[in-house]
Amino acid sequence: MTGMQKLLGWIDARFPLTATIRAHLTEYYAPKNFNFWYFFGSLALLVLVLQIVTGIFLTMNYKPDAGLAFASVEYIMRDVDWGWMIRYMHSTGASMFFVVVYLHMFRGLMYGSYRKPRELIWIFGVLIYLALMAEAFMGYLLPWGQMSFWGAQVIVNLFAAVPFIGDDLSLWIRGDYVISDATLNRFFAFHVIALPLVLLALVAVHLVALHEVGSNNPDGVEIKKHKDANGKPLDGIPFHPYYTVKDIVGVVVFLMVFSAIVFFTPEMGGWFLERDNFVPADPLKTPEHIAPLWYFTPFYAILRAVPPLFGSQFPGVVAMGAAIVLMFFLPWLDRGKVKSIRYRGPIYKFMLAVFVVSFIGLGYLGTQPSTPVATMFARAFSILYFLFFLLMPWYTAIDKTKPEPERVTG
Amino acid sequence: MMKSMKTFVLLLAVLPTLAFASGGHAVHLDKAPVDLADKESLQRGARIFVNYCLNCHSANYMRYSRLQDLGLSEDQIKQNLLFTAEKPGETMGVAMSRTDAKAWFGATPPDLTVIARSRGADWLYSYLRGFYRDDSRPTGWNNTVFEKVGMPHVMWSLQGEMRPVYRKDGEHEVVARLELARPGSVTLAEYDAMVGDLVNYLVWMGEPVKMQRMQIGLIVLAFLGIFFIFAYYLKKEYWKDVH
Repeated sequence: MTGMQKLLGWIDARFPLTATIRAHLTEYYAPKNFNFWYFFGSLALLVLVLQIVTGIFLTMNYKPDAGLAFASVEYIMRDVDWGWMIRYMHSTGASMFFVVVYLHMFRGLMYGSYRKPRELIWIFGVLIYLALMAEAFMGYLLPWGQMSFWGAQVIVNLFAAVPFIGDDLSLWIRGDYVISDATLNRFFAFHVIALPLVLLALVAVHLVALHEVGSNNPDGVEIKKHKDANGKPLDGIPFHPYYTVKDIVGVVVFLMVFSAIVFFTPEMGGWFLERDNFVPADPLKTPEHIAPLWYFTPFYAILRAVPPLFGSQFPGVVAMGAAIVLMFFLPWLDRGKVKSIRYRGPIYKFMLAVFVVSFIGLGYLGTQPSTPVATMFARAFSILYFLFFLLMPWYTAIDKTKPEPERVTG
Repeated sequence: MMKSMKTFVLLLAVLPTLAFASGGHAVHLDKAPVDLADKESLQRGARIFVNYCLNCHSANYMRYSRLQDLGLSEDQIKQNLLFTAEKPGETMGVAMSRTDAKAWFGATPPDLTVIARSRGADWLYSYLRGFYRDDSRPTGWNNTVFEKVGMPHVMWSLQGEMRPVYRKDGEHEVVARLELARPGSVTLAEYDAMVGDLVNYLVWMGEPVKMQRMQIGLIVLAFLGIFFIFAYYLKKEYWKDVH
């Protein structure tokens, strides 16, 4: 026995190191037919780590104080060694997190990854998405620019639309009558401690649930149905080394895109860093046009599309909430005979396409000032968005599906 | 694999049609001659900035010493540019108090450190060349880009006085262009060049690290490019036995 083996034996007698590595890497069998869409899960994990690490370094120089916050960000950008790079990585990382997560979720829709027995993986995933939205929203207040301030003002005011308790509720969230130093301090606390802890815990259970049932694949068939004499799935390959080396390629390509943004166009033409956010927050001066960052705009567009009832915006707030809550029910709304889009019938393919167009359309409209024509489009897209979910039990059941293969294909 | 790549590329193809989120001003803006590699232009811009802008506007996040990035020595900065501070390590503050400023101009002149990042170079270039005589305004000046602006034409002694030429736009009369009413100490072309230098400087000051960031970016991308080749062939080697 070499020294290394001795050490490993010593650890294994006290902690299941080898067993854990086997269960989750070297003997975790993943389907061999993962395609391009399967890069985004590991990439989301990478971005999470990047956000945490860059966030730690930003916290060392950032000041959560309404009088100092804006200046401290510029201090990081100018006087802290490599501060500009850390800050741009963090701001780019926020948007890229959503890019990666949206593509990851779209993969789930295409290949039916949310369906039995993976309902809990999906539900944990939607919870991660919710936590991520809260994390991004609170983080966006911290630079204390005009958009930070007024964006937060608009979103927190949504809670004021809740009947009876609305005013007290929004007051309780802000800790003041307007967005102020008190709000900045609590958002900072949530952004750097509370929500990252929630995110990490949710990611952990997301992965535990995944490794319990095993990954879905582009064919949507279970690889565990066909095992060899040793109990290994015939169409499975060990995650390590096969998918670790494959994911490295994905990581490098992702980092090239990420670096191109960080080093050459960190504002991304106003999509990742808005122009108005280079103006310090001014409670007395409302910007001409307030729009949330792009990853919230589909829901913002739904909010604005719903007409007010008795002068209250509450129906819009409910619709916006429902647009997200509906995602939780997806595993039970889908009654299709097959999981993967490869074997689905034309109706599901059509509805998914309509859903994607509606989502992107709403996302665009959410960035624009509302006009009668824009509102009309936003209403049409909102209805289509909801119909994708609400009609799903019907159209997935009557759809003409193709027979699933027994084993995975290429 | 190819099919899913195609779907992705298709998705990407839809996105650029959405890529006009910010901006959207109705006013026509002239293109600013920004060239961050032109150190002499940036030095001239810095001189105009401290002479004309820094009296009322601050640049509170910008240190004088950072001007060394423009090829100036600490001594040169001390001798020629250090007006509002004692030491080059200090930031470009302003002597005027905020309350005075508010009383004189109706609004506190904004800090200019990152003004080019919020307004954009073209807006600044057009704005600083857009002042014209308007006796109905308290300062006697109006602006084609920023109507009823509180700021007077600080560089009028250089540019001279401009007079608006109106044209009919439906019911309203709008300023079509400006023409020189009384010449200043330099020609209009020279004035445009000076404003060009100033805007160039403002863009540089908005993010002094920009040029360096792009150089580092090239190295990073080159490294990742080489890394990609190794990663790709490593993957290929491992996956040989997967059928």
